Amino acid sequence: MSTLTEAPPPLAPAEPAAEPPRRRGRFTPYWLLLPGILWLVVFFALPLVYQASTSVQTGSLEQGYKVTWHFATYWDALSEYWPQFVRSLCYAAGATVLCLLLGYPLAYLIAFRAGRWRNLIMILVIAPFFTSFLIRTLAWKTILADNGVVVHTLGSLHILDLTNWLGWTAGDRVLATPLAVVCGLTYNFLPFMILPLYTSLERIDGRLHEAAGDLYAKPWTTFRKVTFPLSMPGVVSGTLLTFIPAAGDYVNSELLGSTDTRMIGNVIQTQFLRILDYPTAAALSFILMAAILAMVTIYIRRSGTEDLV
Amino acid sequence: MPVVNWLKRHLVVIAGVLTLAYLLLPNVIVTVFSFNKPKGRFNYQWQQFSLDAWKQPCGVADMCNSLSISLQIAVWATLGATVLGTMISFALVRYRFRARGAINSLIFLPMAMPEVVMAASLLTLFLNMGAQLGFWTILIAHVMFCLSFVVTAVKARVMSMDPRLEEAARDLYAGPVQTFLRVTLPIAAPGIAAGALLSFALSFDDFIITNFNAGSTVTFPMFVWGSAQRGTPVQINVIGTAMFLLAVVLVLVSMLINNRRNSQKA
Repeated sequence: MSTLTEAPPPLAPAEPAAEPPRRRGRFTPYWLLLPGILWLVVFFALPLVYQASTSVQTGSLEQGYKVTWHFATYWDALSEYWPQFVRSLCYAAGATVLCLLLGYPLAYLIAFRAGRWRNLIMILVIAPFFTSFLIRTLAWKTILADNGVVVHTLGSLHILDLTNWLGWTAGDRVLATPLAVVCGLTYNFLPFMILPLYTSLERIDGRLHEAAGDLYAKPWTTFRKVTFPLSMPGVVSGTLLTFIPAAGDYVNSELLGSTDTRMIGNVIQTQFLRILDYPTAAALSFILMAAILAMVTIYIRRSGTEDLV
Repeated sequence: MPVVNWLKRHLVVIAGVLTLAYLLLPNVIVTVFSFNKPKGRFNYQWQQFSLDAWKQPCGVADMCNSLSISLQIAVWATLGATVLGTMISFALVRYRFRARGAINSLIFLPMAMPEVVMAASLLTLFLNMGAQLGFWTILIAHVMFCLSFVVTAVKARVMSMDPRLEEAARDLYAGPVQTFLRVTLPIAAPGIAAGALLSFALSFDDFIITNFNAGSTVTFPMFVWGSAQRGTPVQINVIGTAMFLLAVVLVLVSMLINNRRNSQKA
């Protein structure tokens, strides 16, 4: 034992010798970070600064733009395009709720009930990712076609009457209506809901279900009091991963919707690429970013506290 | 009553299977319609069975060209994002340095930003710099948005790694390079592979950011987008079906290899 306690002194002189590797390593993290972070600064952060500056410029394509701190662009953009903003947020919220309702049972099934089918189902959830999402979205045109099976069935079950009354569909059509757009959004972002849900469900200890059952909880009570609260991290990240891209999307609205279903993404795209009104487009894009970041921050804060309670 | 009880007990399974059907229905349609012979320019209505498109997958002008551009961009973007992202992950997990919080949020923000915002702001930058839009601007954009996903994937793997393994390697007189190549990299490999695979899928399938920053270059998603206006050739369904099958086969093969390896270990 005494040799062990006496060991430190001889080691002491060796300490300076241990210095060089540490000193050599002092800059290592910075060298590792530099290229990637530089890439993000130049091609992600800097563009946002440019965009902010463009949004307060005035001028024309021919004479060029100058920063004139013309904040009225924001006001004009908002007062002209607020319906598209509201619509985007509503469609995105609808799609997120639908994704949660549809995705939860499937994630639950994979996590607890699938047994040896688990891997196969996982593959089937992920595999569509590898077919271009535009091709898959176009397939919905066939599925929801005016003379197709889906529209006929919905019509004969008088579900279309209900959705017509709600303003989700118009006439005897599903295509070119809000319902089609929300259906497309839901479809496109569903895997982004299922995967985080599955990850957090899979971590739950199965014995907790047994314990709840032993304490005479009915299956539904077990779900409400045990499973769902424990899956909250997955619910939060899943809803974020569906809501954010859905709010900025313009592909579903363009392919499955009509001019009455234009979302804010469509407006930004048209302003930027066709009308070439850069200040308005930049202002709209900036408002969208600010709105989403604000909502996400509040949402994370609130769900964080709920999680603790 | 037995029926009701059975339904009650299997409610989750039924709902889950229905969701799975909802997810896969479009792929079924894409596959079935790759054998269609449409009357007009659009391939939305079933007419009659035909193998024409499968016999001539490149029968449409410009489609295979756009496919090859997309593949090239996806390969280079994957390579770039994987290398840069892996470096960042190692720095984040293994070292202490200043401004960690700022760097973490710089990596998180691109994932929490609607694509259209990144697309529009990047185009603003390129226009201001007077950059020529095309292959390179697309590649730059793709590396940018894939980077964060690689970091997330690799970081998770490196964090769960036991640092004592590297210490053991050093105790056995492995140099830093040898330790990295023989111990660190093989352990981190699944995370890196996941990040790379995700990058490839994201880059190959990206439309919104590409559409803003492509100039006159046409990638495969842009070709599909254009064809939705001009008329959809059956060949895009052939490509879609082939990609889906290839993905399923690749995953199945990798799983079989994994299983065999595991059973050998056992």
